[in-house]
Amino acid sequence: MSKNITVEELNTDVLIIGGGTAGCYGAYILGQDGRYKVLIAEKANIKRSGCLAAGVNAINAYITKGRVPQDYVDYCKNDAKGIVREDLLLSMSEGLNEATKNLEDNGLVILKDENGEYVTRGNRNIKINGENIKPILAKMANDSKNVSVINHVNITDLLVKDNRVYGAVGFDVNEEKAYVINAKSVLMATGGASGLYKPNNPGFSRHKMWYPPFNTGAGYAMGINVGAEMTTLEMRFIALRCKDTIAPTGTIAQGVKAKQMNGVGEIYETKYGVATCERVYGTTVENTQGRGPCYLKTDVISKEQEEDLYKAYLNMAPSQTLKWIEGGQGPAEQNVEIEGTEPYIVGGHTASGFWIDDDRATTVKGLYAAGDVAGGAPQKYVTGALVEGKIAAEGILKLLDEGNSLSDFDGAFEPIINNYNKHLNNSDSNISIEQVEEAMQKIMDEYAGGISKHYQFNDTGLVIARKLILGLFEVFEKLKATDVDELLQIYELRDRLIVCLSLIEHLHARKETRWHSFAENMTHQEEDDNYKLYINSIKEADGIKIIKRPLVVDDYKPLKFTFNEDNSINYAGGVVL
Amino acid sequence: MSIKINQDKCIGCRKCIEACPGNLIKLDNKKAFIKRDRDCWGCTSCLKECKTQAIEFFLGADVGGRGTILTFKEEGPIKHWIFSAGDREIRTIDINSLESNKY
Repeated sequence: MSKNITVEELNTDVLIIGGGTAGCYGAYILGQDGRYKVLIAEKANIKRSGCLAAGVNAINAYITKGRVPQDYVDYCKNDAKGIVREDLLLSMSEGLNEATKNLEDNGLVILKDENGEYVTRGNRNIKINGENIKPILAKMANDSKNVSVINHVNITDLLVKDNRVYGAVGFDVNEEKAYVINAKSVLMATGGASGLYKPNNPGFSRHKMWYPPFNTGAGYAMGINVGAEMTTLEMRFIALRCKDTIAPTGTIAQGVKAKQMNGVGEIYETKYGVATCERVYGTTVENTQGRGPCYLKTDVISKEQEEDLYKAYLNMAPSQTLKWIEGGQGPAEQNVEIEGTEPYIVGGHTASGFWIDDDRATTVKGLYAAGDVAGGAPQKYVTGALVEGKIAAEGILKLLDEGNSLSDFDGAFEPIINNYNKHLNNSDSNISIEQVEEAMQKIMDEYAGGISKHYQFNDTGLVIARKLILGLFEVFEKLKATDVDELLQIYELRDRLIVCLSLIEHLHARKETRWHSFAENMTHQEEDDNYKLYINSIKEADGIKIIKRPLVVDDYKPLKFTFNEDNSINYAGGVVL
Repeated sequence: MSIKINQDKCIGCRKCIEACPGNLIKLDNKKAFIKRDRDCWGCTSCLKECKTQAIEFFLGADVGGRGTILTFKEEGPIKHWIFSAGDREIRTIDINSLESNKY
């Protein structure tokens, strides 16, 4: 007998897809207003879902005493070699301290000096106890007026007609039940994409990665599928991490001032530049030239500092403390080996994501984006994602206050439900979900600049990658889900395949090497001034179309998208021909 | 990096199932178990939910694990992280959640 998933319909004013950092805070801001019904649809449970599950070591985006928001914009711009949206960065930077204060008022512990001032770590960071930061945010969302949360529901597709969003469709990850959610506006806050490339630890610990393995690029994929414009996917993010555990290095580098040292004892810290991508690149070059492995030189720290590091890591990445204790040697006795991770697409660290305007509106009317899924503004970290959630919420309030002319769209969700049923009813195959995921990661690793190729790619390889990934889509259609848990895995894989395809086009379109390691293009190895622009893309019927747009700089008038009467996009920034 | 749920200690309260950001923990015969242990991120959210210390966190051998386990217990603002090998406790690190990180 064939399986037929049951369907429940829900109605809300605002649907927030993903109850992570940006999503929870967006809900909280909408709740402060309180006039509109808000529903957060979350794949897991908002208490510990998203990037902040284990905790966070510091507030990394804060305007410290004597500095101004423009300083933060300048820092991000330099770090990304000019390819950022200064308008977005500025409005984000202006809200960082207020968001921080709000978290503190809701229970986040922040270190203060004897005068009651926050204790800073470098120019942009403050010290906290961030172990419970996500439960704090979740409580803020849960306690908000007119906000409800539906946990364990994986949203897979947006409902869009004539470039106007009117809801989304998903399924319960524990029981055979689909949800059709009608909404007047949608905030996309699903986070970025991990698991596109073969990971550092491809065996048992394959999910011991920097970015949450459960952030599969769903938001990008849903946006790409409905023709939303994407930007700068080619600025991949690669983190420099503690070997094996893939735990943060910043706590050691900044906390106890440990330097990067190669395998023959030379400090290479500043040899290759100090931009985020150059720190990864330097480590990669030291290794490929035979001077690895590389370390953070910690064997000079005191036992007291070591104890403090144990605690700091338990508050955000417990595996690192376990590794030190299990190995019988802590960082005071043994330098910490470091390595670059596999590449991720994550708009909280680089400029990848939805192309948005100053209200965080996307090019699909009624659809907003915030946090890691939103492009243009790197180095958001936690507080920047909060601010984006707030700005998007305010944009949504403006839209709803204008009123809207949504009519019923009965039946439009059926093809999506049919797809769920198709996978639930597919016949057994010798090709498993896991095999297709591994195939995708291998293709991306070998032909699109993964770890095994030292992050390097070239035009020839990218063409092969495109062809092979397209081939996987055919296999994908035949995958069988024995239950909704496997259906979840199938859709996570679908998200990743869609993101891979767009990423390949972006890597191919930027014919220069502006960011070492992040986009190490061996066919075009130099930086090229003709590429001081954004590489954007839209999926069309015959494939992915690349659009080149001019840089939005701080003296530029704020970028506001406009729509025509029929909801098609009228203005979304200039075009470079 | 993964977890193992001690079936003798698990009381089937479902709190870990609810919290896991990867939806990896399921219930079988009124006891929780991790369905795909290779898919654990290592975030320890489940340890913090468990009131009976049934969940044991460990490093996979491929990232240096040799069998030591980490368990978690909360008493007021104090979080106890307990490291053990076999039945022998190696050490405990206590963290006061009202105090900030030094770094």
